[in-house]
Amino acid sequence: MNAKKADKIATGTLYAIAGVIVLILFSLLAFILVRGVPHISWNFLTNRSQTFKTGGGIGPQLFNSFYLLILTMLFSVPISLGAGIYLSEYAKKNWVTDLVRTAIEVLSSLPSIVVGLFGFLIFVIQMGWGFSIISGALALTLFNLPLLTRTVEDSLRAIPATQREAGLALGLSRWETVTKIVVPAALPGILTGVILAAGRVFGEAAALIYTAGQSAPALNFADWNPMHIASPLNPFRPAETLAVHIWKINGEGIMPDAAAVSAGASAVLIITVLLFNLLARYLGRVIYKKSTSA
Amino acid sequence: MQSSIEERLTKKSKKAKLETFGKSLSFICIAFIVLVVISILYFVASKGIATFTQNGVSIGSFLGGTDWNPSGKGADGQPLVGALPMITGSFLVTFLSAIVATPFAIGAAVFMTEISPKMGKKILQPVIELLVGIPSVVYGFIGLTVVVPAVRNVFGGSGFGILAGTFVLFVMILPTVTSMTIDALNTVPRHYREASLALGATRWQTVYKVVLRSAIPGILTAVVFGMARAFGEALAVQMVIGNAALMPGNLVSPASTLTSILTMGMGNTVMGSLQNNVLWSLALILLVMSLVFNIMTRLIGKKGAMK
Repeated sequence: MNAKKADKIATGTLYAIAGVIVLILFSLLAFILVRGVPHISWNFLTNRSQTFKTGGGIGPQLFNSFYLLILTMLFSVPISLGAGIYLSEYAKKNWVTDLVRTAIEVLSSLPSIVVGLFGFLIFVIQMGWGFSIISGALALTLFNLPLLTRTVEDSLRAIPATQREAGLALGLSRWETVTKIVVPAALPGILTGVILAAGRVFGEAAALIYTAGQSAPALNFADWNPMHIASPLNPFRPAETLAVHIWKINGEGIMPDAAAVSAGASAVLIITVLLFNLLARYLGRVIYKKSTSA
Repeated sequence: MQSSIEERLTKKSKKAKLETFGKSLSFICIAFIVLVVISILYFVASKGIATFTQNGVSIGSFLGGTDWNPSGKGADGQPLVGALPMITGSFLVTFLSAIVATPFAIGAAVFMTEISPKMGKKILQPVIELLVGIPSVVYGFIGLTVVVPAVRNVFGGSGFGILAGTFVLFVMILPTVTSMTIDALNTVPRHYREASLALGATRWQTVYKVVLRSAIPGILTAVVFGMARAFGEALAVQMVIGNAALMPGNLVSPASTLTSILTMGMGNTVMGSLQNNVLWSLALILLVMSLVFNIMTRLIGKKGAMK
């Protein structure tokens, strides 16, 4: 076999591999959407789930997923913003910074089930909060912090040094330069990162099964007092999310229409994550246009 | 008058105070993250060691034993807490999925960087990004409704097992390994390729003999990273592997991994009991392995840094 033939064969193989990967994604998406979308209806999205009967919905689970997502972001965005600012603006090159970076790397490579078990140990048992939204949100915060911190740091670092020099030359302190000039300039990048992280958090289940719990008690959507036990806003109630729901009904095998419900729920999950991705791209572009007059 | 000027000159200005405030605020955030990491390591380790210190299980019988039935006792009166079936299961699915995923990842990465960057950027890049975004339970559900029946039809048996787990993990780690391999190939300097082509080498010869070889450390890092993900993945694997704590005799009989036994068992045991402590020991193995993978990528990075 001469070199030219080998080159042709290799090129063909590489095209085939690329084709196979594209095919895998499309068949995955097609499978979920074809199976799941016909099952999605207003009733499915708003009704309570059933355990032993067919026709259950995913209403509380859907609400729980979004509520948990908002709380998680409320906790993790400020912390990772601060941490990212420290790493990109203040950190010196010494062993402390090395230690910090190692710690973040370790946290980001921990399996999410381990983070979930840690949350179970600390929030559910030690703090006595039980299986609750607050435990779940805090566990997800830990899971979310390293990635978000890195995104913030990268976005801040991408801002040219001249911007900082200009701010300092105007007599601003470093902190003012960062908060008034660098962070606004880096906002598109940060926002994109936050939305992508939201997609990840929305689909996460392993960290939640032992923190937010696997049961979705009835919610009274007329009662918005966070102190009441049936109120959707109560952070101390157990809250099964959409992803956990899919996992649980497939494992238990007692729901007669589990396959249909999981297909519908998976479709909702994937569509939401896709929307997050599209939103991230769109917002990033819009903000960039607005803030740079490009 | 004089004293007020002196005061203004020697005291900290408003701006300096603001600066200290801001710096401390951001430092507190970073300190919090470090504290979290240290406490995760400490708490999981202390719970995981309790099996050996409080319940008197020997490390050897835990790591090497093949009988897993924490609520029962063996013939010698010792609790049956051999974790070898799960450890084997975890390593098997990890290695197998990495072995399957690596050629695909390298192929896709070469396609995107060397063969057709335009099509790669337009089609393959978004496809890979979308694959990363699909939640792991959805992979598990697809595995349960497609892969498991397919394995059952082809190989017989229940369909649950290492093979189904490998399939699911292969798709899950493929995007991670691919995008990291792309980064590795992109760091190979352009003049390497130009020199090779100028010597009369074909494109494939250039890719195979020059580009891939100089990117080996980066590719290895990508593979190790994918293995770390596969090792720690819990729910998708748990849904398709069958969760039988037996030594895997073949690839298509029900088996289990560390994560699958952990997810199944943690809710059914009482805190502080042997049955519970031994689960924490499994979690400790997961933690240690994730540290090992971390150290491995570091070593590879240090040894193979491009000069």
